[in-house]
Amino acid sequence: MSGTDINLSMEPSYLVSGGNTLWSWLTTHDHKRIAILYALGITFFFFLGGAAAVLVRLELATPAGDLLTAETYNKTFTFHGIVMVWFFLVPSIPTTLGNFLVPMMIGARDMAFPRLNLFSWYLYMAAGLFTIAMLLLGGVDTGWTFYTPFSTMFSNTHVILAAVGVFVVGFSSILTGINILVTVHSLRAKGMLWFRLPLFVWAMYATSIVMVLATPVLAMTLALIALERLAGIGIFDPALGGDPLLFQHFFWFYSHPAVYIMVLPAMGVASELITMGARQKIFGYRFMTWSMLAIAVIGFLVWGHHMFVAGQSMYASMVFSILSFVIAVPSAIKVFNWVGTLYKGHLDFHAPMLYGLGFVGLFMLGGLTGLFLAATALDVNLTDTYFVVSHFHYIMVGGSVMAYLGGIHYWWPKITGRLYSERLAKFAALLMFLGFNLTFFPQYLLGYEGMPRRYHEYLPKYQMLNVLSSAGASILAVSYLLPLAYLGWSLFRGARAGPNPFRATGLEWTTPSPPPAHNFTVPPVVTEGPYEYRP
Amino acid sequence: MTDLARAHLQEQFDQPTQQKQAATLGMWQFLATEVLFFGVLFAAYTACRYRFADGFAEAARHTHVVFGSIETAVLLISSCGAALALRNVELGGRRVAAALLAGTAALGTVFLVLHGVEYASEYREGLVPGLRFDHAGPHARAVELFYCLYFLITGFHSLHVIIGVVLMTVMAVKAWRGRFGPGYATPLENAALYWHFVDIVWIFVYPMIYLVGRASA
Repeated sequence: MSGTDINLSMEPSYLVSGGNTLWSWLTTHDHKRIAILYALGITFFFFLGGAAAVLVRLELATPAGDLLTAETYNKTFTFHGIVMVWFFLVPSIPTTLGNFLVPMMIGARDMAFPRLNLFSWYLYMAAGLFTIAMLLLGGVDTGWTFYTPFSTMFSNTHVILAAVGVFVVGFSSILTGINILVTVHSLRAKGMLWFRLPLFVWAMYATSIVMVLATPVLAMTLALIALERLAGIGIFDPALGGDPLLFQHFFWFYSHPAVYIMVLPAMGVASELITMGARQKIFGYRFMTWSMLAIAVIGFLVWGHHMFVAGQSMYASMVFSILSFVIAVPSAIKVFNWVGTLYKGHLDFHAPMLYGLGFVGLFMLGGLTGLFLAATALDVNLTDTYFVVSHFHYIMVGGSVMAYLGGIHYWWPKITGRLYSERLAKFAALLMFLGFNLTFFPQYLLGYEGMPRRYHEYLPKYQMLNVLSSAGASILAVSYLLPLAYLGWSLFRGARAGPNPFRATGLEWTTPSPPPAHNFTVPPVVTEGPYEYRP
Repeated sequence: MTDLARAHLQEQFDQPTQQKQAATLGMWQFLATEVLFFGVLFAAYTACRYRFADGFAEAARHTHVVFGSIETAVLLISSCGAALALRNVELGGRRVAAALLAGTAALGTVFLVLHGVEYASEYREGLVPGLRFDHAGPHARAVELFYCLYFLITGFHSLHVIIGVVLMTVMAVKAWRGRFGPGYATPLENAALYWHFVDIVWIFVYPMIYLVGRASA
């Protein structure tokens, strides 16, 4: 793309310009600095939620409930769920990579609303404080789903505090969504037509639509739960004529689209990683964009598949089942197109590519088992078993976390200006893939054999697979700690990256690494599509 | 007057028109999220009403339709004030616009006061669930549920009116000080959009709470 040479002029990078005091960071309007602020928060919560997962896996290493009491176990997996869903997975890619890259990829100087961007980070951190306060005061035991009437009538734990935390973080994600949508609409560089946008930008766009339209429903629903506990308002209270099932409808109206908030950005990252690793144009660019938008839209129409056994009408279940099969079509298109992109490519198996390929494999397994669960007859058997647990971990941990880390590796040289140890990074990617499968594949089998989720003890016949799973979890933990170590090391000792270490296409690679405060010295002019790799 | 717009141009934008488009698009998206906030409450109302049609009809007959109607009129007139103020600014006006905006805020306050009176009389009649509820009869439970929803929906709406009154007051002061002009009125335009939205929500609340069920008496 044009403008390359001019942009490599000597301008101080965003890490230097504007000063490097704590205050300059806490009051910054620079989308790149805000991305880093988010990354710090998100990394903290990832390891906090991960610690809870370690406790869960330790407890489940033996059939007896010997490490944690039943109550503590409930609080542990609830905390794990709340933190991982709302404080890691939902904000992870949009607020870090999205914040950093969307303006750069479309050739803009900043996001459309820089102050709002910073404000949403403060909301995120405030919500995090509520959640940590909830933990310190004794936690909450409802599961991350807050199902009524348990959460409103029976639970004696800090439901209100937990709900407030999620409510506030919801606003943070709404504001991020609005910001991204408006930025993509109004700040594209000259020549950056809609169908010249990198697929990562399209993914952020589709994600933002879901964030903006689904999150308010969750926020209001949690407010209703808090009000029901505080003031006895009985919308979900059967004693007052309210309807506990109504809660499930509202909750999943957000929380199923939320799955796509978590996985669409990962799809965007994977598209970038795979085209770069295969060094050729993405296969079926338009199909990729339309399938992402289709997922965003159809994602709003499948929430009832979480309620097959909750007592909704059989006909509703049938419709939701069919729609859940329908949404597999655009997802499958994406998988085929990634594979198609590899075909006859000049494959380059560096660390980001390994993460990208890992994403595709694990997402495929997670997606296919989703079809099992979408089949009403089979779902009756598999509901609330470890099969479900494994299914969504394949999508969210195997898929989203893998892609998130792949993206962090891919753009690390751009963000920090430093190169990490490629050998260690490859090792970590492979270890993660193995550790993940060892952790969660046994859980498919456990679920199929009928082990229910959310109990701290189980029948001895399930022990062998549980031990395998716990062993896998320890490998997985190491593979998550490794990048923390070598990426941290690269900050101080890594070699200088240069503007484009991966010889990738895209506007973000035409600027120095790390980029100057306003990204481009000369506003870029775009003359071709995003993936014009030339062998 | 494009100087005014240039002075407000933020560094990420090239043109004032670009900035205006971005701000307007952002506002519309914010309103879309608001629709979904209220949507939850309306959906809850619909689900409950479907289950307890008779009880809800009985409860609706206890609402104060005269108050509700006056409140509707007050809000509609106030919205007109906001629209006229924007037009006045676009034509280069200043004092008339400020007066119209102050009037809008005042009418919003009247709406809130009327609603307060209404809440007080509901308290006297024992129709406030949780605090004082002594309605009896075969549909007592459904009536209580209706009043839960009534206080939720009108309360959440009133919260929006309070924010709107503050917003309109700020806009009135800014307009008085000449911060807007023919080339630059984006904050005012977005504030007016918000006010109209609050108004439109009420257009749905009014028949839901006060009118439906009254006819079958």
